[in-house]
Amino acid sequence: MAGLKPLKAIPNGAFAYVTKVNTAGLTRRRLLDLGLVPGTRVEVVRRSPMGDPIAVKIRGAIIALRAEESGLVMVRE
Amino acid sequence: MGSTRKEPVIALAGNPNTGKSTLFNALTGLRQHTGNWPGKTVLQTKGSYIYKGRKYTLVDLPGTYSLLANSLEEQVARDFICFGGPDATIVVVDATCLERNLNLALQITEITAKVVVCVNLIDEARRKKLKIDREKLSCLLGVPVVTTAARGGEGLPQLLNLVDQVVKGEIRPQPRLVQYDPEVETAVAKLVPQVKAVLGDLVNARWLSLRLLEGDLTLIEAVEKLTGKNKHVPCGWC
Amino acid sequence: MEFSTPLRRLVATAEEVAGRNQEKIRDSIVKSIYLTAENIAHATACPKVEKSIDWDRKIDDILTSPVWGFPIMFAMLAVVFWVTITGANYPSEVLATGLFWLEDRLTDLFTAMQAPGWLHGLLVCGVYRSLAWVVSVMLPPMAIFFPLFTLLEDAGYLPRIAFNLDCFFKKAGTHGKQALTMCMGFGCNAAGVIACRIIESPRERLIATLTNNFVPCNGRFPTLIALATIFVGGSVALSLRSMVATLTVTGLVVFGIAVTLFVSWLLAKTLLKGELSLFALELPPYRIPKVGQVIVRSVFDRTLFVLARAVLVAAPAGGIIWLFANIPVGEMSLLATFAGWLDPFARHLGLDGFILLAFILGLPANEIVLPILIMAYVSGGALMELDSLAALRHLLVDQHGWTWLTALCTMIFSLCHWPCGTTLFTIRREQRSWRWTIIAAVIPTVIGCGVCLLLNYLVRGLGLI
Repeated sequence: MAGLKPLKAIPNGAFAYVTKVNTAGLTRRRLLDLGLVPGTRVEVVRRSPMGDPIAVKIRGAIIALRAEESGLVMVRE
Repeated sequence: MGSTRKEPVIALAGNPNTGKSTLFNALTGLRQHTGNWPGKTVLQTKGSYIYKGRKYTLVDLPGTYSLLANSLEEQVARDFICFGGPDATIVVVDATCLERNLNLALQITEITAKVVVCVNLIDEARRKKLKIDREKLSCLLGVPVVTTAARGGEGLPQLLNLVDQVVKGEIRPQPRLVQYDPEVETAVAKLVPQVKAVLGDLVNARWLSLRLLEGDLTLIEAVEKLTGKNKHVPCGWC
Repeated sequence: MEFSTPLRRLVATAEEVAGRNQEKIRDSIVKSIYLTAENIAHATACPKVEKSIDWDRKIDDILTSPVWGFPIMFAMLAVVFWVTITGANYPSEVLATGLFWLEDRLTDLFTAMQAPGWLHGLLVCGVYRSLAWVVSVMLPPMAIFFPLFTLLEDAGYLPRIAFNLDCFFKKAGTHGKQALTMCMGFGCNAAGVIACRIIESPRERLIATLTNNFVPCNGRFPTLIALATIFVGGSVALSLRSMVATLTVTGLVVFGIAVTLFVSWLLAKTLLKGELSLFALELPPYRIPKVGQVIVRSVFDRTLFVLARAVLVAAPAGGIIWLFANIPVGEMSLLATFAGWLDPFARHLGLDGFILLAFILGLPANEIVLPILIMAYVSGGALMELDSLAALRHLLVDQHGWTWLTALCTMIFSLCHWPCGTTLFTIRREQRSWRWTIIAAVIPTVIGCGVCLLLNYLVRGLGLI
């Protein structure tokens, strides 16, 4: 699908919409519980000094995610 | 689960960073002690406060975003609300971040109706020029709502009064439940009668059916432990 | 787990109704709940005026920036130490003067009652003096350090530390929240070990538990600060002393953090292999701390708690050590005899027998290591009145031949040796395993001995001393 990329590829300050979570089991459940359900608007707020993890604004809270997890969340800009 | 005990037990639930512990400290002062949840390495803090001459026990549940049992903390919090038989549950939500916090509140009102929602950090919200329509929120959730600023003590008397009324049954909240997709609702409708037949009023049948449908076996384990030994609420909690 | 028949039937029915769609149903459930929450929030919280200035972001832009993030973090650490070191000087002196004045009065009282000499020695020179020492040395720095630390905690800075440092922990194969447990460890390692509960994966929690001891706790800070002030600060002009001492202590802490990362990495590669667990750390909004509440809470919850523990341990320990120092075995006291046995080994580490013995006897609590050492050195048998650091310097350097290398090795050994009794007890309780408790004691000891040995021979080999 066009325009689909992992959350970790979104630049600082940009918005995107969650389309799917590319994993199953516990990790999927945890990511969904953080509010990363399809359709959710997320904003990459900043990156840590070394570039990873990234801080993402999800439903009002800023949550830091490592590349391992933010690579699993596919978003559309 | 009636309040046969002399001291009503109140559960305090909420997301992390909502000022839940500040509220706990403000209500209980130095009358608190910590230990472990039975069999779990999760910190349990209990305290007490006196309201209108009656002593209340306040149990501070681990701060979680959800009760869908993906972690030990969530299981502990869920099991206490569900099986610990609290006479009321206070759900602390962050006024500046309602959306995320209501997720937990909605999950709790599915388990129990005896809920008071405490919209905390209202001072922060005011500072951010954010207005919260308390009455409308109460109406949409179907449970009493109070706004507080625990750090300054604002709203605490109203909170205690509402909790007292819920405990005594003077207020009987009627939570407005989340409506799921038709497929889910159909499946739930099929399961509810069977759950009721097996477990009676032990657990909210709709909520248990939902957990069964998504295959949450940790909850069934908890139910098994409860019914396996005896039909009473375990006293290890209180 | 085996379910009873009715429950098993329920589960089977549910599986039948759900078909193969459990995951899909779950997704749909979570989504519905969040959408409902969203709708209610939009209907009741309005209208969110876009703020002209988002202070949180501005602050975070600086505190977690690639350029300033790390320098600010270490500067913050150094400032906290500096304020603690400088601020504690005067009250420490006042307390010491007061408490030792009281000791003279106690001595008068014992003399007036014609109490036997050994009773006076045991109770006043042993128990009371250790108490006085522990209180006057520990109380002021703790009463400054803990509130400062609680202020940072309350303001919301600690998660930012974890955010900044997480990549290092990821490379070490552990969880970023380990940084938070280390922060707690600065106060008290036992508290740090309990704080490891916030790490969910048992593997990562165990690594954090085993390495928590590498951050110096409050019981060890006075030792580090005193030695740093005497030996490193002592060699520069008076006005720079606290500054240089601060830098030394900060350097030691950074060394401790490096060791933590190295040991974590080693554990994750060998004994504790496994997958990284999900990392999701909330960066909450900054809040202006309520200073009054912070002071009250940190004094009651932390300062008095740690002090009470130290006092409970120091009182009997002071008595026992006085006995050790005063029971003669042949020519020497029991204490000196033990120290004599340890001396050959300790010399390899750049220490001496008394220093090593002080660390061993200090097992109950790190706070009493320096008092024991002093008590052992002044072989009169009782803790001397150390009203000034100059007196301590005179005792160590002129009477017992300490060099800067001795001081450095002592500081490193203080940073890397077995955890105190309380911490070991806590590890045992949290992990429910004697094996891991023993490992938690062995790892830092081996590292401490290794580093001291290497340093000692390197410095001597290069002829630097």
